[in-house]
Amino acid sequence: MDKNLKPVIFLMADDDPDDRLLIKEAFQESLVSNSIYFVEDGVDLLDYLRWEGKFSNPADAPVPDLILLDLNMPRKDGREALAEIKSDPLLRYIPVVVLTTSKAEEDIMRSYDIGAASYITKPVTFDGLVEAIRGLGQYWVQIVRLPVKEKA
Amino acid sequence: MINQIPSITILTAEDDPDDRVLVQDAFLESGQDNTLLFVKDGNDLLQYLHRQGDYATPGQAPRPDLILLDLNMPHKDGRQSLAEIKADPNLRSIPVVVLTASSSDEDILSTYNHGGAGFIIKPETFQGLVEVVKGLNQYWFEVVELANGERFNSVRIIHPRSPHPNETL
Repeated sequence: MDKNLKPVIFLMADDDPDDRLLIKEAFQESLVSNSIYFVEDGVDLLDYLRWEGKFSNPADAPVPDLILLDLNMPRKDGREALAEIKSDPLLRYIPVVVLTTSKAEEDIMRSYDIGAASYITKPVTFDGLVEAIRGLGQYWVQIVRLPVKEKA
Repeated sequence: MINQIPSITILTAEDDPDDRVLVQDAFLESGQDNTLLFVKDGNDLLQYLHRQGDYATPGQAPRPDLILLDLNMPHKDGRQSLAEIKADPNLRSIPVVVLTASSSDEDILSTYNHGGAGFIIKPETFQGLVEVVKGLNQYWFEVVELANGERFNSVRIIHPRSPHPNETL
């Protein structure tokens, strides 16, 4: 019952290599999608989305349908990256889901305020993470229709 | 911590009374006991959220945790309502999910551009709608953390009985 016409591409920004590996395994385990790409911080995320810097070859940086965003990252953190994405007319249509260890009420409120589509606290166990990714995939891949837009 | 599970309020803006009944039935069928409230168009929705007009009585209009928004409604449509909600600093943290019969690419893109947190095409069968409601509840109330919106409304609200969707709203 996939509501979208082409495979959904996820892009995750997370600075912790262990967390990236866990997310990748959780995606495989939950069978949500194998199309998950990773960047390491907010600067890389914006470069990826704009095909700049080390992502200047569009073939290496397919346009994501959904962004998963850690909040605490070096160079440019998730809050700044989110605000930049949501104020860019070419990028703002991409839903951004915050996936972070922070449970702070202020982070939750602020993320929604600046345009996060959802806020998920990273579960502490791998099984919990698989469940969260399964729920995420069910909603964004099977229930909602995502925009079809190729970057100009 | 108050030792009590807070009730979740979902506000649905839908002009078609038959569709309101279907949504209500699908929530019942999905086995969840959240508070489901209805408004009949975009004007009504914004009045509810601002606690104006028919919704001025304290406690009558609990801040919703999630808004389900039809796009095609009289007076003020879903597109304009979404833009107004997302431009309002006191309301923008409430996730708005579009639930509509439209499947136009333009409506989908515009919904996300204006801050919608999902675009759902109304399923054609009741069973399909039940599945959607189950997935919606599971994602928003089991996977996701929602903002504690009552920051803006410090009065503790007693949730009213959910009006029957056929009631005059």
